[in-house]
Amino acid sequence: MIGNLFSNPDMPSIQDYYEPWDYDYGSLQSAPECKTMPQARPYSLLHGKLLDKVEWGPNWEEILGGEFEKRAKDYNFEGVQKEIYGQFENTFMMYLPRLCEHCLNPSCVASCPSGALYKREEDGIVLIDQEMCRGWRMCVTGCPYKKIYYNWKSGKSEKCIFCYPRIEVGHPTVCSETCVGRIRYLSVLLYDADRIETAASVADEQDLYEAQLDCFLDPYDPEVIAEARRQGIPENWIEGAQRSPVYKMAKEWRVAFPLHPEYRTLPMVWYVPPLSPIQAAADAGKIGNNGIFPDVESLRIPMRYLANMLTAGKEEPIVRALKRMIAMRAYMRDKHVEGRINTEVLERVELTQAQVEEMYRYMALADFEDRFVIPTNQREYASDIYDAITERGGCGFTFGQGCGGATDDPDVFGGKPTSVRKYFPIRVERSPRDRT
Amino acid sequence: MEYLHQLIFGVGPYLAGTIFILGSILRYERGQYTWRTMSSQMLHNTRTYRVGNLLFHIGILALFFGHLFGLLTPPAFFYAIGVTPAAKQVFAMVAGGIFGVICLAGLVILLWRRFTVPAVQANSAPMDNFILLLIFGQLLTGLFTIYVSRHHMDGLVMTELVAWARGIVSFQGGAWMHLVEVPSSYKLHIALGLVMFAAFPFSRLVHIWSWPWVYLRRNYQVVRSR
Repeated sequence: MIGNLFSNPDMPSIQDYYEPWDYDYGSLQSAPECKTMPQARPYSLLHGKLLDKVEWGPNWEEILGGEFEKRAKDYNFEGVQKEIYGQFENTFMMYLPRLCEHCLNPSCVASCPSGALYKREEDGIVLIDQEMCRGWRMCVTGCPYKKIYYNWKSGKSEKCIFCYPRIEVGHPTVCSETCVGRIRYLSVLLYDADRIETAASVADEQDLYEAQLDCFLDPYDPEVIAEARRQGIPENWIEGAQRSPVYKMAKEWRVAFPLHPEYRTLPMVWYVPPLSPIQAAADAGKIGNNGIFPDVESLRIPMRYLANMLTAGKEEPIVRALKRMIAMRAYMRDKHVEGRINTEVLERVELTQAQVEEMYRYMALADFEDRFVIPTNQREYASDIYDAITERGGCGFTFGQGCGGATDDPDVFGGKPTSVRKYFPIRVERSPRDRT
Repeated sequence: MEYLHQLIFGVGPYLAGTIFILGSILRYERGQYTWRTMSSQMLHNTRTYRVGNLLFHIGILALFFGHLFGLLTPPAFFYAIGVTPAAKQVFAMVAGGIFGVICLAGLVILLWRRFTVPAVQANSAPMDNFILLLIFGQLLTGLFTIYVSRHHMDGLVMTELVAWARGIVSFQGGAWMHLVEVPSSYKLHIALGLVMFAAFPFSRLVHIWSWPWVYLRRNYQVVRSR
């Protein structure tokens, strides 16, 4: 790390994200009379010069699919007969919101030369101390999820803060609360911090998923409860852990998985693999009618692809999770449409009736109270938290200018105005041909 | 002329030193958020830049510690291990020359980049440009003194410089008198150096203070409690 301090060969440049640009809209109104329609040409927001062509932008080729040649380089295609999925009829698509994973073994924290990155003891949120960050940017290359970004205006690295001021007062993060699909769940999970090192150093990558599961503690275990109380974990946090949808999905039903556990960071944002349409319509009919499972291989998204993403290539846990979700659908369909209780389908996936009803409640109905079980902070800690009520009339978020100065002028110590967008004069040169 | 010497080389170092130390402390206390390397690697990240940056830093670190060692080590130490001032001068010229050229090569790349690449140019603070040019001037005068010193290989000029530096750091009055007779290229080099010390707390140079030595000893993971 220290050896690369002056010139990190892996550091991304802004072109890897995209060069911010805008269009010269002014020219639409000010253009002189000409033969062709005037155009608003793109110009770079980095330096104000016109760009010949916008080469890359956010989600440039992602939703369109792009060229298969490029897509096929995706690591998750490892071990998949990828040629098949390049064909139009067989292509598939899924969304994967990639977030800061607030890992148990965060590599960004480990790579920070200044010690500005830290994990909060009380809730495990990983944060960058903006005052301490010196802009060495080792976290940018240290995070395998690429979720730390360098702010080239402030010279500091920035990352997801898990909306900690909201979490501290019991609100879900904004991304979770506003999720239209209601697919984000957020709650307390008790884990044994002493097992982290063992779990992260398991020899076989494919055992990392199970090893991480072993770190999570059963919130109903009397021993765990006693130990939690002894360590001063507030009672409502223990209750939160017991009602935690996250614990149920990850540990009880085993339908949620860590993203790329092979990075050994023990990520803490887990994903439920998607059920995808079944290739043959006949197979689809079978589920509802007689409860026979379709071969999960016939799902549109290949198992190996999901396994590469979520379990370091081990397919069994993914297959079990998907079968459980199919079973849940079949069971509920039989119950509501056919009016019968189909326990056979549950036996196949080793779920009880109560469990599957609960799964349905959490995953299909997904009420707000079930998705977000966030204990509010105790009165005793009130002085430590970011209190929105006392903060009213305060200065809120600033770029380190303190509360007094409302201006954003650079100070004598070389502060740059970071919150003000810098406007560059756009220079458009018109060739004589343009004029009539 | 004497007065000017006294002002620049007698009072100057204390002025610059005070600004350097007090300014650093003040900025550390009041302006933590502005304390950073202010890297522009993201805006323009090529192999040439990375090589240039590496060369520049290796060169300037070696030069810095070379100056520190050469100027502040007691002459008695060199007598004790049998190094004559002349031999010391040859060593300083060779080591300084090598690292000076390494640093210069890197600096030229950095300068070229700072003043020609539009994205970097547009996002440079005036202080960023100033400090880079200052180091450039400092380096050129430094390299020029090597050229000048070939005329006097006896190491006596260097002894005077060492006496001045030791006099300054040990608060001896009249240390400036050691510099009256040295060639003017040395004087220019020293004067620019004093400007650099004075500019230090107001520029991105403060990142030097933050060299991550703590990293070598700390735990891999950092957990903070309330």
